[in-house]
Amino acid sequence: MNVTASTSNLQSVRDFVAQHAYDHGFSDQDTEEIRLAVDEAMTNVIKHAYGYDESKKIYISVGSDTETFWVAIQDTGHAFDISTYKSPDVPERIKQRKKGGVGVYLIKRLMDKVEYSTRNKHNEIKMIKKL
Amino acid sequence: MSQFDIYQRQYQSVEILELNGELDAHTAPVLEQHITQLIENEKYKIVVNFSSLDYISSAGLGVFMAYIEDLRERGGDIKLTNMKENVFNVFDLLGFPTLYDILDEESQAISRFNNPTT
Repeated sequence: MNVTASTSNLQSVRDFVAQHAYDHGFSDQDTEEIRLAVDEAMTNVIKHAYGYDESKKIYISVGSDTETFWVAIQDTGHAFDISTYKSPDVPERIKQRKKGGVGVYLIKRLMDKVEYSTRNKHNEIKMIKKL
Repeated sequence: MSQFDIYQRQYQSVEILELNGELDAHTAPVLEQHITQLIENEKYKIVVNFSSLDYISSAGLGVFMAYIEDLRERGGDIKLTNMKENVFNVFDLLGFPTLYDILDEESQAISRFNNPTT
């Protein structure tokens, strides 16, 4: 599916992916984890890749085999450099009155494998969970 | 579009926010507006009742991260109650239970404000 880069589309995208995950045989808890990972990844695209430009598009695809389920989210905005990423210090962020910055950390905790790639100006985050 | 609303009420000196629906990057500004309004009105003792909240993402958690220090510095706090398991799990993943007062029932949070030593 593809949607415009608006936070108003977060719910329909995470529900779409969660339904696929549940139908694929994941437990309620695993389905919730996939739902949240998708939301966090899409929120990061809206905020960081596109800077809240709602005219931009986000492409979402899901796939599976007997052992794994994956979700890929693609954009054409600013690429995220995972090599510079550091896990957040939550107490320190609270002291600094920061409003988050914990999305990537959550995605990594919730999914079994996360891959970032950029090809031909298309960025992709692929999130994989084992059944 | 994510459905979310807040029912606000008062019990003695404590302000209670009941959250309903799904709290994400689309709906978090509504919660933020309520909390900044309370701070502006010098209401620093806040209980957030999650009993009707079905979902939360880090954008929702971010609101609690951004204002808790301001409230504590003014002698107040945000106490969180009545969370469903899937919502609590998100707070737990980020280590919130050691940083925030998370309680089973709203009444426990109110008594803790009234009797801070208990």
